[in-house]
Amino acid sequence: MLKINNLHASVEGKAILKGINLEVKAGEVHAIMGPNGSGKSTLAAVIAGKEEYEVEEGEILLEEENIDELGPDERAHKGVFLSFQYPVEIPGVSVTNFMKTAINETRKAKGLEDMPANEMLKMIREKSELLEIDRKFLSRSINEGFSGGEKKRNEIFQMAMLEPKLAILDETDSGLDIDALRIVANGVNKLKSKDNAVIVITHYQRLLDHIIPDFVHVLHDGKIVKSGDKELAHELEAKGYDWIKEEVNA
Amino acid sequence: MELKEKLVSSFMAFEDTVDVHSPIHDIRTEAIKTFETEGFPTKRQEAWKYTSLNSVLKHDYSVFPKQENEIEFKDVKKYFIHDIDAYKIIFIDGKYASHLSQTTHDGIDVCLMSSALSKPKYRLIIENYFNKIASKDGLSSLNTAFSAEGAYIHIPKNKLVQKPIQIIHFSTGNEAALMLQPRNLVVVDENSHVQIIERHQSLTDNPVLTNSVTEIFTNKRAIVDYYKIQNDRESASLIDNTFVNQKQESLAKVHTFSFGGKLIRNNLNFYQNGERIDSTMKGITIIGNKQHVDHNTLVHHIEPNCESHQDYKGIFDDSSTGVFNGKVVVEKEAQKTNAFQANNNILISDKASINTKPQLEIFADDVKCSHGCTIGQLDESAMFYLRSRGIPEKEARALLMFAFSNNVLDSVKIPEVKNRITKIIANKLGVNIGFDL
Repeated sequence: MLKINNLHASVEGKAILKGINLEVKAGEVHAIMGPNGSGKSTLAAVIAGKEEYEVEEGEILLEEENIDELGPDERAHKGVFLSFQYPVEIPGVSVTNFMKTAINETRKAKGLEDMPANEMLKMIREKSELLEIDRKFLSRSINEGFSGGEKKRNEIFQMAMLEPKLAILDETDSGLDIDALRIVANGVNKLKSKDNAVIVITHYQRLLDHIIPDFVHVLHDGKIVKSGDKELAHELEAKGYDWIKEEVNA
Repeated sequence: MELKEKLVSSFMAFEDTVDVHSPIHDIRTEAIKTFETEGFPTKRQEAWKYTSLNSVLKHDYSVFPKQENEIEFKDVKKYFIHDIDAYKIIFIDGKYASHLSQTTHDGIDVCLMSSALSKPKYRLIIENYFNKIASKDGLSSLNTAFSAEGAYIHIPKNKLVQKPIQIIHFSTGNEAALMLQPRNLVVVDENSHVQIIERHQSLTDNPVLTNSVTEIFTNKRAIVDYYKIQNDRESASLIDNTFVNQKQESLAKVHTFSFGGKLIRNNLNFYQNGERIDSTMKGITIIGNKQHVDHNTLVHHIEPNCESHQDYKGIFDDSSTGVFNGKVVVEKEAQKTNAFQANNNILISDKASINTKPQLEIFADDVKCSHGCTIGQLDESAMFYLRSRGIPEKEARALLMFAFSNNVLDSVKIPEVKNRITKIIANKLGVNIGFDL
C-alpha cells in the first residue's frame, strides 16, 4: 500500500525528517508515536502533500507509484486521507456542500459522473449515524464554532464519506473526552478492512486501546528509532520516551 | 480634438435632435456650461485620487450613433434574466429597442425617458424630480446636458409591482468607439415596492464609455430593490452615478456586482430626508487582468432614527486595482443613527492592489457608527484542507472566494438573479461546481 524509502524533508530550510523508512500493507494498522517535535505531524503532512514541505531525498510510493510530484488533491484522488490535528475552520462553506464537492471532484478525476443526489443523501445519512453526528451539524460551516470533539468526529465523518485506501490520523485523540474517543475509534474500526490501511499518529497510548495497532513505531529526531507490536505502546506509556532517547544516544 | 471639446461643440447639434422647447431645455443648457467649467475629473481631486480616467477618455468616441441596429432576442437572450417574467426596457446604442422591450402604463409607468420628457402628462413628475438630486459635478452635468433617453419608472402609491424591471443597455460596436449617456428616473410613491435589475452590455470589443445617471426617489414607506450587474467586456468602461433620495420609513437597497469591464466607477449616493429610513448598499467585486473597479459611496444621515448598512467584498487578481471610498455623514440633528460599514478584500496576486478608505463625519453625539476594512490573502491552511479532500486547487480557491462573498449574495431577494450572479462568478473563476453553500 504505502512504502516510504529514506525520506528526508525540510521546511524553510530546516531538516525535520531525516531518513524515514516505513512499509504499510493493506489491512494493517500502524501507530507512530514519539515525543513532541519528533516529526510525527510533518510525516503526516508530507504524505498528504502539503506544499510547504520540501522532500529533499527519498521517495513515497503509494501502491508502487511515486506520489512525490502530486498535489494534495491528486493524492486524495488516489486514496490518501489525512485527519487533521487542527481541522481548519472555513466560514461560509457547509459540511454537506464540502463533502459533495470533494466526492464529485474525486469522481470527476476518475472519469465518473457526479454521484446522484439521492445516493449522496443516503450516504451522508448513514455515515453521520455511524459517527453519531446530528444532521443539523452538517449544514453548519466547516468546523466553525465546533468543539474540539466535534471537529475530530467531523474529520472521521469525512474519512467515512471519502472511503480512503490509506488514512492517516494525526493526533485524532487530542482534545477528545472518553465518549468522543469511543465514537471516533468505533468509526475508524468499522471503516477498516483488508483492503485499506490506517496510520495512527499519537502521543499517548489511550487511543490504541480502541484502535489496536499491528505495528508501533517510535519517531525521534526525524527517524524511526524503534519498531514493535502493541506492547511497545504500553511500554512507552509506562516508561515515557526518555529511555528511547538514551538508547538512541548510547 | 479633445473629448471635452468635442462634447461641448456637439451640444448644439444634439439639442437640434431633441425638442428645444422641452421643459428641461434650460437644465440641459445650464448643465453643459457646468461641464465646460468642471470638465472630467482628474487625480488631483481627492475623490478621484486612485482612479484615472485618462485611459478611457483617449478614444475618439461618437456621441451620436448614426445608424439604428437591429439585434435579435436569441442573440442577446443570455444577458437577460430570462427565466422570470419581467418588464423590460432595452436600449441598443442608446436608442430604445421596442422589439426587445416590454413596457407598461397599466397602473404604473415603466417606459422611456424620451417620452416622459416630451409628453405633457409626465410634466409634473419631471418638474418635481428630474435633476433634483443628481450632483452638479462634471460627469453628472455632462449626462444631464445630453440626457434624452433611458428608463422612466413611476410607481404610484400602494402598488406592489409583481414583476421585476430589467433595464439593459446594449452597444453593438457599429461605431468604432461609442459614448453613451443613459438617464434613468425612478419615482416610487408611498407604500409601493419595486425591484429593478440593470445591466450594460457591449457586444463587440470596440471601446464603449457609458456615463450613466440614475435618480431614485423613495417616498414614504416605499421599498426599492436595485441590482446592478456589471459584467461587461474588458473594452467597455462605466461611470455609474446613482442618487437615492429617501423619505421617511422608506427602504432602499442597491446591490452592485462588478466582475467585468475595463474601468468601473460607481458613485452611489444616499440622502435620507425623513425619520426611520433604511439605506443598504452591498457589493461583490471580483476582477483580474488590468481591470479597475472603484466604489465611491455616500450616505447622508440628515434626520434622527435612521440606519445605513454597507457591505462590500472585493477579490483582486493579476494586476487589477480596486478602490473603496465610503463616506458617512451624520448631521447634528440625526441622533440615534445606526450606520454600519464593512469593506473586506482579498488580494490573490502580488500585483493586485486595493485602496480602501472609510470616511466618517459625525456631528451628532448619540449615534452608533461602525466601520471596518480588511485586506488579506486566501488562507493557505484552508486551501490545503480543501485540497487534501480531493478538491483541486482552482475549485478550492473558488470555494473560498464564494464563502468570502456569500453573505452579500445571500441578501439578493430574487432567486433567479442570485442564480445568475453565482453562474457569472463560477464562469469568471473558470470552475464548474455548485455553490449552494
